[in-house]
Amino acid sequence: MSHSASGPAPATDVNKPDRRGRSARPRASDRARSEARLGILLAAPAFIVMLAVTLYPIVQAFIDSLSRIRLTAPDANEFVGFGNYAVVLSDPVFWSAMWVTLFIMVVTVAVELVIGFALALVMHRAIKSLRGILRTAILVPYGIITVVSAFAWFYAFDISSGYVNSWFDWVPGVSEDLNWFASQGTSLFVIMASEIWKTTPFISLLLLAGLAQVPGELEEAAKVDGATSWQVFKRVIVPNMKAAIMVAVLFRALDAFRIFDNVFVMTNGANGTTVLSLLAYRTSIGRLEIGLGSAVSVLLFLSVVLICFVAIKLFKVDLSSARGGN
Amino acid sequence: MALTGRQKLWWVLITVLVLVYALFPVLSILATSFKLPGDLSSGRFLPTTWTWENYAQILAPDGSARDLFLPALRNSIGISLIATLIAVVLATVAAYAIARLDFPGKRLVLTTALGVSIFPVISIVTPLFNIWRSIGLYDTWAGLIIPYLSLTLPISMWTLAAFFRQIPWELEQAAQVDGATPMQAFRKAIVPLAAPGVFTTALIAFFIAWNDFVYGISLTSTSAARPVPAALAFFTGESYFEDPTGAISAAAVVVTVPVIVLVLLFQRQIVAGLTQGAVKG
Repeated sequence: MSHSASGPAPATDVNKPDRRGRSARPRASDRARSEARLGILLAAPAFIVMLAVTLYPIVQAFIDSLSRIRLTAPDANEFVGFGNYAVVLSDPVFWSAMWVTLFIMVVTVAVELVIGFALALVMHRAIKSLRGILRTAILVPYGIITVVSAFAWFYAFDISSGYVNSWFDWVPGVSEDLNWFASQGTSLFVIMASEIWKTTPFISLLLLAGLAQVPGELEEAAKVDGATSWQVFKRVIVPNMKAAIMVAVLFRALDAFRIFDNVFVMTNGANGTTVLSLLAYRTSIGRLEIGLGSAVSVLLFLSVVLICFVAIKLFKVDLSSARGGN
Repeated sequence: MALTGRQKLWWVLITVLVLVYALFPVLSILATSFKLPGDLSSGRFLPTTWTWENYAQILAPDGSARDLFLPALRNSIGISLIATLIAVVLATVAAYAIARLDFPGKRLVLTTALGVSIFPVISIVTPLFNIWRSIGLYDTWAGLIIPYLSLTLPISMWTLAAFFRQIPWELEQAAQVDGATPMQAFRKAIVPLAAPGVFTTALIAFFIAWNDFVYGISLTSTSAARPVPAALAFFTGESYFEDPTGAISAAAVVVTVPVIVLVLLFQRQIVAGLTQGAVKG
């Protein structure tokens, strides 16, 4: 609850009981009204700017997606209705990008959840003197530019500048002349490694915050009753921080679905590594097909909305309670 | 709780493991940045001979990639700082209202911030690209600062709203009862409590702006506004006959150093900011 202890009118639901109570005291009502006016006035600029930089462009993208717009032939604009969508949705390139994107999303989020949990548990349990070091270390990948991470991983694996091949030549399948970026599987492996490395700290910090909410007595009680560490983890810790886990997974899933930087730097979409964001970029900015590119953009946006909707309705992820509360 | 020797050993081991996880890719590109061109294909982690040549390329007055890197660095710093500043000012005012005042639509503002923060950036790049070209914002600082607000503003709103909720606002009244003017009360009682939250929020927002790549490559075409991440990706094209690996690595190290310094200095605040803005019961 946003509860202002000193406010003249305690912050509660403005709607029902309060209004009646206030109308009995006209002076308080005046104050409440001027407070509401001030509140709206202060919050409005941020609200308007947020809508202006996202809602307006996405509406524009939708309008553009209904026409054939090519910047290479600016005078040939023509309204085509949902024609662009038909073109995109019947193109195997779009579906391949969709599956690759979903694959990256599922694998990275799953791996990140495991590593993130391990890191969160380590930070949670660590003795005081180590906590600072651990947290600082964890924040390094978080703060690093994604493009820099992409280059670091790329150069380490790259056949001409890398050392991974000579370090791991004892692993079956890895040899001096393995070109990681020449086929889909190996390219995606490195792309996902970079993505996972860079974003796991975020997920682990969310989980760390969740861990702090698990009542310590419950863990103790379970241990006293003879539960193993794994049982405590499965039966006590996880159920008690379900909300935090769900929120972390949803946020990372949406983030992973928008993956772009790592793919652009490492393969630029070669060998079946094109993801949806890259497809949209190449269609609009690369080929200047604004109409088609907008259609891809709108479809990408709808996918994100759909993922959100499924998460909230099906898995009951409660964003409002987990993010800041209301 | 005193630790036994074995437990201590475990903790040292775990810490080393986490350090390797977190720092290895950074050390990897650091090592690459000190390699001579002929040394790149050695298949080894460390350079055989250490050289500053790559740094000279991007920083020295006669460096071949200097004109690619330095303007980009200037753009990145300027654009990210301005986008952060605007976002933090707007968010501070709005979050103050959310934490302090009762008004209809409070929930709507926070929900909008949440919606904007999960917005796929690439979806709005196409229309912006088109609009910016027709109104002359393409390849300008303002042309990047405006869309950067979609990255920096929502996170600032959430983080600050969470911070401000924890401030004991009654201190302000207490100060006034003690004879302070409203302005004094605000300055002496509230500002010192709010400032750390605002600062942390600015740090996090800056990281996010500094990290941007999609807007950077889509809405710029020259060194007039192109930020570092975008410039790095295009190093390749400009010096086609020269292997850009060394120069890119050196540039990557240069832009990573400030991040590491900030993390070292403000680790505690950043963790608090990230977890408060994100998960708070």
